[in-house]
Amino acid sequence: MYQLLKQIVVTGIKTESPPEPDDALRVVAQRLQADILEKFAGALTIRHVDAGSCNGCELEINALNNPYYNLEGLGIRFVASPRHADLLLVTGPVSRHMETALKRTYEATPEPRLVVAIGDCGCTGGIFGEGYACLGRVSNVIPVDVAVPGCPPTPRAIIQGIVTAISAGKVTSLVRSG
Amino acid sequence: MRLEDFQLELAQVPGAMPVWRGRVDAGQYREACQQVRDKGGRLVALWATDGSDRGEGFSVHAALTVRSGLLVITLPLAGTRFPDVSRIFPAANRMQRAARDLFGVSAENAADQRQWLRHAAWPANVFPLRKEFLSAHHSPLPAYESRAADDYPFVRVEGEGVHEIPVGPVHAGTIEPGHFRFSVVGEGVLRLEARLGYKHKGIEKRFEEMTLAEGAKLAGRVSGDATVAYAWAYAMAVEGVTGITPPDRALWLRALLLERERVGQHLWDLGFLGNDAGLAFGLAQFSRLREDWLRVSQALFGHRYLMDLIVPGGVARDVHEQGVARMRDEIAEVRAAVAGLKNIYDEHAGLQDRFIGCGQIRPEIADRLGMTGLAGRASAVAWDLRAQFPPAPYDKFDTRIATHRNGDVAARVTVRFEEIVESLRLIDLVLDGLPAGDIARSVPDAPDNGFGIGWVEGWRGEVLIALETGAGNRIRRLHPHDPSWQNWPLLERAVLGNIVPDFPLINKSFNLSYSGHDL
Repeated sequence: MYQLLKQIVVTGIKTESPPEPDDALRVVAQRLQADILEKFAGALTIRHVDAGSCNGCELEINALNNPYYNLEGLGIRFVASPRHADLLLVTGPVSRHMETALKRTYEATPEPRLVVAIGDCGCTGGIFGEGYACLGRVSNVIPVDVAVPGCPPTPRAIIQGIVTAISAGKVTSLVRSG
Repeated sequence: MRLEDFQLELAQVPGAMPVWRGRVDAGQYREACQQVRDKGGRLVALWATDGSDRGEGFSVHAALTVRSGLLVITLPLAGTRFPDVSRIFPAANRMQRAARDLFGVSAENAADQRQWLRHAAWPANVFPLRKEFLSAHHSPLPAYESRAADDYPFVRVEGEGVHEIPVGPVHAGTIEPGHFRFSVVGEGVLRLEARLGYKHKGIEKRFEEMTLAEGAKLAGRVSGDATVAYAWAYAMAVEGVTGITPPDRALWLRALLLERERVGQHLWDLGFLGNDAGLAFGLAQFSRLREDWLRVSQALFGHRYLMDLIVPGGVARDVHEQGVARMRDEIAEVRAAVAGLKNIYDEHAGLQDRFIGCGQIRPEIADRLGMTGLAGRASAVAWDLRAQFPPAPYDKFDTRIATHRNGDVAARVTVRFEEIVESLRLIDLVLDGLPAGDIARSVPDAPDNGFGIGWVEGWRGEVLIALETGAGNRIRRLHPHDPSWQNWPLLERAVLGNIVPDFPLINKSFNLSYSGHDL
């Protein structure tokens, strides 16, 4: 236990310190927290759906929770059920075999059910395109609010995509007045 | 020529790995499989091809390990039936079923005749990998609403108190989709059966629409988490077909990239394994190390996961002296940090209590079922291509194989720790001896009807690419094979007698690919 505690102390806090005023991330973090507070009662919940990716995008989605990006520190959390989710993070391309599961997940998500498509394949079908087993981009199967390109997109780009979805105007406010 | 004591006419396949190939008849096909099995060899891959564009019929191919390297036997079929070898190699079961789903060729008298990669997306009488089936011109498949439900006949366990837990395809965590059907009594698992194929994207058909140059990018995305291993295997196959050897510097840089990929993935897994056993500290620590590692990859190679850096003919990007110095510092830091964390993991009673004895695969089961790769090495399958048949530059390194006999989660954790240490040593050796010179050479046109094999030890295990070329530098047929094919059935075995809540931990300790398997 001593070694463990020592390691924690030695490691310190790795979450990237608030960037300089002109840094993009600072703008993001501030706006994000304001939007989350205003529209999602302080916490945004995400359900990730892999609809057929190569598993590259999943590596970066997982990286969002490492101490550097510390997504939970911004009030954004991954949840196990679409019924608990405000937003679906969908990687593609959508395989025909995942079409049903993706549609059911979408239907199970409560309104306003924002959808962010992740990666080149989620945006366009990417290198896999469309074929006998592949339906291509996510928006071919369910409505998409924001698409984040990249192969895979960086964690920062994914955060940016989430922010864009929140501030796109589709969500006015989920916080009840009065 | 003759190879060992096989009574077959074989020709060596040109390329970086020792591969022999020969045509066989149905009797020889079974006999060669049995002979390989009797000598302790394994089935690496089994796939079919359609020769109708050349006026030939279907063929079935099996890649087998022998003392001298890899033996690829090709069985031309008169019709659509071939001998079942799943009793000799249990791993053949799903590969044979996949060949049936995609080509309509079936293993005669095989005990398991259920569909495998095909769900409800295309009808049972349509075979997408036949040459006559053109992806783009194919008439629209049945619409989602009208499609028959995918009714897969899972094996049912019956008896008092037995019930089923269906899990997936969409899982609770950020992982790939697949379906697991548990049969349990109370918390104890009596049976687990996986249903895979959800990610089937038609990758093999897609390859056939590409030139050799275009295929490199797709090969790197068969399983994106093992992009370096696949890209190298692909490049190896193309270089074999076209008869070139990349410059030394390129080969050394490839080894550097492959080891960087291995370290990155192992760091990641070790963090998750701690987390899945209730030690969030482990995930925080290892994911920090991994992020540092990815950032160095980004800075030096322009991609966090090293995609598209290995191309046929060489590598796409060189590393300069400053980069070498930076990696040396990085290695020293990671080595020290991992040693410290290993100490903490080893001495953490709660963690070891979850790891030890959990999800065990005994060596005799591993051997019988043809287990391979990292998980195999934790069950005494002492096989690592980097040591067995080392391609340049591994022939200079004397790679140490990490093997253990316990076959439990603890052993798979230990193998990862030891492989990180070894990979860091190898990276150091690469940086010491990196030859000067070009990093790529031009790739000449490939012959029509060429055949090449790529065979690379990725972080998960051995990746195989079997390539046939067509006219005009095009891919006529390409079969990528992930070691997960072999190890998925072992995962089903590993959870027996364990409790359901241990499944995520056992699953993570295998960390198998869905995309690389589903194709």
